[in-house]
Order: sequence, then C-alpha cells, then structure tokens
Amino acid sequence: MSASLIVEAASVTKRFGDRLAVDRLDLRIPGGLCFGLLGPNGAGKTTTLRMIYGATQPSSGAIRLFGIDIARDPRAARSRLGVTLQQNVLIEALSPEENLRVFGRYHLLREPELSRRMREVIDFLELKSHARLPVKQLSGGFQRRLAIALSLMNRPELLILDEPTTGLDPAVRLALWSRVRELRAGGTTVLLTTHYMDEAQRLCDRVAIISEGRAIAEGAPGELITTHLAPETVEFDCAPEEESALLSSMGSLPGRRLRAGRRVMVYLEDATVLVDHIRHRDQGDRREMVARPTNLEDVFLALTGTRLEGAQ
Amino acid sequence: MSLSLPHALSVWRRNASMYRRTWKWNILPNFFEPVLYLASIGVGLGAYITEMDGTSYAAFLAPALVCVAAMNGASFEVTYNIFVRLTFEKAYDAMLTTPIEPDDVLAGEILWALTRACIYGSCFYAALALFGLTPFPSSLLVFLVIPLAGLLFAAIGIVFTLKIPHIELYSFYYTLFLTPLFLFSDVFFPLKERLAGPWLWVAEALPLLHPVRLARAAFRGEASFILVWDLVYLLALSTLLLIWARRAARQRLTN
Repeated sequence: MSASLIVEAASVTKRFGDRLAVDRLDLRIPGGLCFGLLGPNGAGKTTTLRMIYGATQPSSGAIRLFGIDIARDPRAARSRLGVTLQQNVLIEALSPEENLRVFGRYHLLREPELSRRMREVIDFLELKSHARLPVKQLSGGFQRRLAIALSLMNRPELLILDEPTTGLDPAVRLALWSRVRELRAGGTTVLLTTHYMDEAQRLCDRVAIISEGRAIAEGAPGELITTHLAPETVEFDCAPEEESALLSSMGSLPGRRLRAGRRVMVYLEDATVLVDHIRHRDQGDRREMVARPTNLEDVFLALTGTRLEGAQ
Repeated sequence: MSLSLPHALSVWRRNASMYRRTWKWNILPNFFEPVLYLASIGVGLGAYITEMDGTSYAAFLAPALVCVAAMNGASFEVTYNIFVRLTFEKAYDAMLTTPIEPDDVLAGEILWALTRACIYGSCFYAALALFGLTPFPSSLLVFLVIPLAGLLFAAIGIVFTLKIPHIELYSFYYTLFLTPLFLFSDVFFPLKERLAGPWLWVAEALPLLHPVRLARAAFRGEASFILVWDLVYLLALSTLLLIWARRAARQRLTN
C-alpha cells in the first residue's frame, strides 16, 4: 500500500442485477497527475467514479482514497475531494453566489470563510459578471463553470470531473482545460472521464481505456500509442485485395493496419515512406490520403475494434 | 449510526434558501385556506348546527383544522418537493459528493418538513385567533401537537416517496389516503357518535385522528388518559416509519 497513491481500486466489480457494469477493475492513481478514464458511453466510467467517491458500493473489491477505505469512512474521504457530475446539479432558482453558499455549507464552511472561498472560486472560474442572476438565465457554458466552481469550494486534493466538456462549444472547452491545467499545476490531482480523445490527449498525464467495464489498457497517451500502434498514421480508401497488393510491394511491410469499411489506416514510424510508395504506384491517378499523428482514437479502435466518439 | 446534525442542518439550509425566495407567495394561501374553511363549513354549515360535542361547530372544527394544516404542510414537502429534488434536480446526488450521508439527507428533509408543518400550523392558528377561536392560554398547547402531526405525516410521506418510481402515483396518495383522512378523522364530526363498537377500534388506526384529539383537548383545556395513547401512537408510528425510511433512503440514494 503506497502512501502517495490518491486513488487505489483493487479488483472492483459492480453488478446491477444481471448486468455487469464494472468488471474487476484495478486503478492506481498517484498524486499530482491528471488521470483520464476513457471509454464510450455505457462503458462503466460513471459507475466507476460513483464507487470511487462512495456514492455507490462495489459488489466486490475495495477502494481507498488518500489511504482511507471509502466504505468505512466516506465522510473523511469526501471532505478532501470535489466532484463535478455529468449532469449539472445547480439550483436553478438561485444565483451562482447562493448556489456556492449552499454547497459550501455541505462542507460545513462557516462565515467568513464561506464568503471568502466563494469569492475565490468566482474569480478563478470568471463567474463574477452573472454571480447574482438566477442560474436558469445563464448559458450552458456558464452553468458548467459554476458546476466546477461548486466542487472546488472545499479546496479538494482530488478533483473528479465526469464528462466535463460534453455539449460545450470549442471556446468554452479550451477555457475549461486551461483551468484544469492550472489546478493540476497547483497540486490538485484530477481524475476525469471523457469520450473525447483530444481532451484526454491534451489534458491527461495517464489514461485508462475502459471497455465493457474493464480497463483494457493504461499508460501515458504517447506511450499507449507507441506500444499498441506507431507514432504516425496514413489513411486512405481501398478494397482489401488492392490493399495487400499495394503494401506487399513495399519490401518491409508496415506494422499495424486497421480497416473500417473501405477506409484503411496504416500505423508506422514514418508516414512519408508509405505516402511516397503509394504515390509512386498510383502514378498519375493520385488517390486521396491523410498522413497524421496517431491518436488515442486509433488505440481504442485497435484494442476494441470499435470507434469511440459517437459510439453508444 | 452515521447521522451528523451539522450536515443535516446544511440540507435544511438548502431548502430554507429556496423557501426564502418564495415564502411570501406560500404564506398567503396559508391564511386564506382556514378562512375559507371556517367561512364555508364553520360559519355557513355551522349555522344549522346548534352544538357539536358540547361546543359551537366552529369551535369544534378549529383545533382539528390546525392539525390538517400541519399535515398538509409536511405532506406537500415530503411528496412532490422531495421527488423533484430526488429525480429532476439531482440534489441528493450532489450532496453525496460531499461529506453528507444518506442519514443526514433524511434527517435534514424531515426537519425541513417539520418546519413547513409548523409554519402552516402557526398561520392557521393565527387566522383562528382573528376569529376568536383560540381559547387562551390552553390552546397554546397545540404548538406541541403541530410538530408531532408534522413528524408523523413527514415520515409517512417520505416512505411513500422513496418507494415509488414515478410522480403520477401521488394522486393516489392524495385522493385515496390524505383526503379520506381529512374527511373521516374526527375533523368534521365526532367518530365516536357515528361508529359502532368494533369499528371504533378500527378507526384508532387512522393517523390523523390522534393529533386531532390532542389538539381538541388542548383547545378545551381537558386532559384524559386516551391522550397518552394518542401520544404513544404518534411517536411509535413515526419512529417505525423513520427506521424504514432510513433503509429506503440508503437504497434509493446509493444504488
């Protein structure tokens, strides 16, 4: 049992009736990292989070937060973490200020500390302009920032974000990411779930890919890409028989290949070698090709055979 | 045991914060309701009744209506309002991300329902006072009955709320449970004069009967041994239901 682990889940399983939502999941999250749980909707990410902060009990297995058994002392563990749920839980009739006060009191904050902390999180998430309007009049992005502000009221050592940017426009996503990075730089450990691969790749130091309740891969995003595939990708359309003819003439056959319908993705150290080779074979009849860095979406496709974004 | 009173009070404070915005609109109907009942049934219908159980009809009706007000105040809170917080506002999901535990949620909500019962009951009492229907000082004892009535109906309603899957089922709760109680619990006429032998014993099961009898005794300044039974009934049934609610709350909130 290492003292520096913030979250430690050992062989955690959760059943809802006959349905297995989480299947012998192991997680070890050290302090100071941003850790991502990736997977499509229904993969068991939210259930995993709920077990981690003790809102639901695992069917078997144990979870420790800050070394505290969450089943034994949920109050002590939860006083040190903040959670932003997937669905906003704001009180719509009240203003952001009032929402923050109500939430601060859940953590037993008292005046003057309550107001002081409220002003700090209002500043940090730039909520001041509408701090006294009823929440129901605020935009989706503003409400999301307020939801995150609520979970920061108790200065959490661990911040849990469940799908923090789902449904937000790109500018708001970028702004939220920079806040998350700031928190991490300040020493807060961040655990987030997402089905956006770009989000995971930009924010997370480590990720675990979850599929059907199991962690099928874990590591730094770059490490996962090089372990399972290769740094660069070439994508093009062609029929299966053409594919082998095209690639076998290359001499040394490139590493991993994946196919989705007519689309082929080839993963290799250096994309230009393959691009040049195909151009040379095609002669005048140049086909459309994409050469790009390999991303976590590819890793997910390679590991599960399904696409992640938009998958249900 | 994992009840923490400070955390329960923070749940109470959440509801109070919301109520602070709307209390002016909530309080006014509280005043009108007794006035309407007293005008229609107490004064209007009461004109044809020279005496009921030894007093004027309005005096017979008054203490019972205080209990009905407390019942309604608590019931509305633990039915529709809690259901909305539970399923639509996800208020308890938010609380369970903080050190608040299901027991605190339950305690905070019960305390809040009691608060609402006391507000309703007190408003009703104040309106009755304007009609000169609150004999002083004995009727002040009803302020001990109001929270007891509130507690019982908070406990009944919260168990129902924690057990039902959708909000439409409340129409059964109101039309098949609360309304019959209102009509047949000694409020409008003394049951003991209309029911025969064994049926009187069956009627003792009616939850509203007991606070009504206590309130009427308070207004009349009369004490009798049956009031001990009424108190035992109120406290015992409330306790049993709260034990049940505690288990149901854990299940519903942490599934």
